[in-house]
Amino acid sequence: MEALLEVRELSLRFGGITALSQIGLAVAEGETLAVIGPNGSGKTSLFNCITSIYRPTSGAISFRGEPLTRHSPDEVTRLGIARTFQNLRLFHNMSVLDNLMVGRHLHFRKNLLAAVLRLRGEETRHRRRCEEIVEFLNLEPVRKTRAGDCPYGVQKRVELGRALATEPRLLLLDEPVSGLTQEEKEEFAYWIHEIRGRFGITILLVEHDLRVASRLAGRMVALDHGVKIAEGTPAAVQRHPDVIKAYLGE
Amino acid sequence: MMDRFLQYGLTGLSAGSLYALVALGLVLIYRSTRVLNFAHGDIATLATFVSYSLLSNHYSFPVAFLASLLVGGAVGIAFYFGVLVKAQREGANLLGMVILTLGLALIIQGVVVWWWGAEPVSLPFPISDTTTYRFGGVVVSQLSLATMAAGLVGSVLLYLLVQRTRLGLAMRATSENVMAAQTLGIPTRLVLGLSWGVASALGVVAGIFLAPALLLDPFFMLDPFLKGFAAAVLGGLNSLPGAVVGALILGVAESLAGAYLTIQFKNTLAFLIIIVVLLVRPEGLLGKEFKERV
Repeated sequence: MEALLEVRELSLRFGGITALSQIGLAVAEGETLAVIGPNGSGKTSLFNCITSIYRPTSGAISFRGEPLTRHSPDEVTRLGIARTFQNLRLFHNMSVLDNLMVGRHLHFRKNLLAAVLRLRGEETRHRRRCEEIVEFLNLEPVRKTRAGDCPYGVQKRVELGRALATEPRLLLLDEPVSGLTQEEKEEFAYWIHEIRGRFGITILLVEHDLRVASRLAGRMVALDHGVKIAEGTPAAVQRHPDVIKAYLGE
Repeated sequence: MMDRFLQYGLTGLSAGSLYALVALGLVLIYRSTRVLNFAHGDIATLATFVSYSLLSNHYSFPVAFLASLLVGGAVGIAFYFGVLVKAQREGANLLGMVILTLGLALIIQGVVVWWWGAEPVSLPFPISDTTTYRFGGVVVSQLSLATMAAGLVGSVLLYLLVQRTRLGLAMRATSENVMAAQTLGIPTRLVLGLSWGVASALGVVAGIFLAPALLLDPFFMLDPFLKGFAAAVLGGLNSLPGAVVGALILGVAESLAGAYLTIQFKNTLAFLIIIVVLLVRPEGLLGKEFKERV
């Protein structure tokens, strides 16, 4: 089976520090793959390489068979990869709805004139799409609220919604439930699960919380110090001696 | 008594609306790229001289005006892509980029002196500053009305662009968080380049409406640039409405100071007000401090 996203022998070094070393993994269309590992194991670096924020030192990444490493971050998004950030990066001074509308940007007509004239029909179509996401993520009560004024749990939802608004094929979630209460975590896990069912989006997620990760993902990859130490079913990966050692120490 | 106050107030509003155009351009660039553009006035000077040449050769005013806007916008865009983007790739910091704008200012001054000479000339302008209208006890010249209209139209068009269009949404997103904007598929470089173009064009409008009241020489935008800069700081360097409010306050204040105190005190008072405001509200009247999230 052809992988949607394939990472081969990926290495990333900053000066003398090796953030990633010879990482290889593949994400199949329709699956949810979790990347786990302790802090500083290279999970976010991996995401930053996939979204072209970092240029890998060596190795290759391909998406739908096309190499990604020469693209700029906005081009990567245009190819169908969206992401959320571990430390939220919302547009604080915009309303929740406007945040989602920014996510629609790449689906607006490329034509500058149309962009300036703000064609009615198009506008309505995008609004409708955003309203769908608002309804799905339960953002109705805050749609006109300034994003910066929303509570943290809501902001996480807005960021997820904004990524969904780009209509990606592949969604990268960087610690989607970190900082949430137990109750919010449950809710969020449900939504992530629903995204796959309802929108048919493939998900690659980085998660520190092993319980949530194993509930959501069909497969897991474990990193430690930039090296892949295990891969397989959630149960097998969590029992892997190297993973236990990485999380609990010697 | 009241008439005198209104008269000078109106003169101040007219000057203030031009400061507003200068300030809006500076703020637009500052809030999207965090660069203070010291060449802002000089780009406007160059473009105004283009109008001068065209008008002297009997082109119509609309043609000259449009040509100036295009030249100004093009210089802004070319500087962004040709110099700033390259400098950024080489790892230049913000201070370095500000110095680069200073360099551009000097280059443009040189070009203007070389091509048009340093002798002051007057811009053949279709709107007169001697034809006047009387409203009650207040006298307004045609030029002063046109100036206020230009300021108003420029500000409103910019408002509509930023708040009501796709490009505006992309501009707001890019100025707030470049990385997030990029990962949502916005070509941020292009958006920033266009912001430089729009900002420079706003400065050009100010230049063309200022020139008929002053004489046109290679340095005629220096004072308006400083006033626009001061107005932007007064209003809050990252706030577009702040730039307009700051500019109008500054224009009126200096005009009243000239009327009631002494004309020599005109510039001094304006800057005194700014110092006081900044001591009380360092972020400016309408500015919000940027919150950096780590």
